[in-house]
Amino acid sequence: MTRYVMVVDLRRCVGCQTCTVSCRHVNATPPGVQWRQVLDIESGEYPDVHRTFMPVGCMHCGDPPCMQVCPSTATYQRDDGLVGINYELCIGCGYCAVACPYQARHIVHRAHFAFGEQPTAAEAASLDEKRISVATKCTFCIGRIDESTVAGLTPGVHPEVTPACVNSCIAEALCFGDKNDLESNVAKLIKENEYFRMHEDLGTDPGMYYLSDERK
Amino acid sequence: MSRVAPWHQANWDYRAAGNFIGGGSGTGLLLFASVAATQGAPFWVTGLMALALVAGGLGFVSLEIGRPLRSLNVFLHPRTSWMTREAIVAPLLLGTGLAAILLGSMAMLWVAALLGMLFLYCQGRILFASKGIPAWRQTGVVALIMVTGLTEGAGMLAAVLPWIAPETPLRWLLGSLFLLLLARTVVWRSYFNRLSASGAPGKTLAVFARFDKLFLMVGNGLPALLAVTLFAGGGAITSLLAGILAVAGGWALKFTLIARAAHNQGFALLKSPVRGKGQPGSGAKPGWTLPAEDSGQGRA
Repeated sequence: MTRYVMVVDLRRCVGCQTCTVSCRHVNATPPGVQWRQVLDIESGEYPDVHRTFMPVGCMHCGDPPCMQVCPSTATYQRDDGLVGINYELCIGCGYCAVACPYQARHIVHRAHFAFGEQPTAAEAASLDEKRISVATKCTFCIGRIDESTVAGLTPGVHPEVTPACVNSCIAEALCFGDKNDLESNVAKLIKENEYFRMHEDLGTDPGMYYLSDERK
Repeated sequence: MSRVAPWHQANWDYRAAGNFIGGGSGTGLLLFASVAATQGAPFWVTGLMALALVAGGLGFVSLEIGRPLRSLNVFLHPRTSWMTREAIVAPLLLGTGLAAILLGSMAMLWVAALLGMLFLYCQGRILFASKGIPAWRQTGVVALIMVTGLTEGAGMLAAVLPWIAPETPLRWLLGSLFLLLLARTVVWRSYFNRLSASGAPGKTLAVFARFDKLFLMVGNGLPALLAVTLFAGGGAITSLLAGILAVAGGWALKFTLIARAAHNQGFALLKSPVRGKGQPGSGAKPGWTLPAEDSGQGRA
């Protein structure tokens, strides 16, 4: 069975935030809402200090706590592992947002824009009233994934059906694909490298794999 | 720059706290009003107060949800959502309670009281299922919500019963209030100790540390002392004071838990990546106070 995941090679990420900008452009998220963001994390103690850039967002968990708690069934999980939100069902209670240990969910209660009260032409064109006062989050560009079956293309291989952040990454630090397809790029990366997943101890089975070293 | 260390969740505020406050006090009061009714106390006043508190709490929630016109969708997920389960119990509780008052039925009052306990349990489980908030998902939070709800109910009845039914014996109620205040102290300390031991956002622990002493002394110790003195004799004023303090302590606890100490999980880097041919570096879990065995991973 297909299980779409994202692999983040922390050795490659340079923190340029192109993925963040690309996501915002494609998904038209309002100011302050970033479905894909890149953390700048300092670790270690002088003189052995490290600086790591870490892309984060919805982990499309295998056991998503947001879906378990959602009282309206607006949050759902597909057979391919993608976790989505039905904006028509969501009541905007925020329970999913407090259940998500990745701070991936956002609720905006009124439309607001980058430059004052009036939207720019691009913002006006992409404004979606359905996303006001409901939970939103990264969808792994679910619309593109759905097009893959129609177009006969493979997510993670063909850019047309691959999440925007992955396409835009200048360092190829982000990879996307079906973990259960042993020939996929993500399956090979997971097999060949040391990796960890964030907050795995919470039992969420997150779908973002962070590579830290090659497997020795 | 993006935040890495935990920050306070912004989705549930005083309105959500209001639901837990009204629901806990209301269901606790309903239970003790039922017990008092077996001693001959009239229950329509206390019953109505209890139902008004529960309904008021739910009203607070309706002020918070983004799409109130779709609020009936809250009933769609009973299989796993404790919020749905709470929503299912609520109309049954309010309907049975109202029917008990209108019909003067003791049997229905007891059914309503038991539904109230179920409602209260759902509220505890709502918090416990919130994996994104370390203070809520901590073991013991369900017991804390239950015991403080019962304490508030006993306190509320102790505050009003001498005024509305002065002939009703009070010793059982004061004894219950005293024991519940002790239980709340034990459960609170156990919860706080476990949270500290298992690791939590430093800001959450700091909020609780500031709250702890005042809560124990004014919210539990003082009303417990007043309840004991009432055994030796005392009037309605002392009972009122003991009750108010017990209720205020519980309300402060829930407001603190939901609107002050609900810092989220934040982010964590298990280890930093290899650069060139080196070794992976240490990780980071900023803003966390971690148990000793994990301390290599985090920075307080």
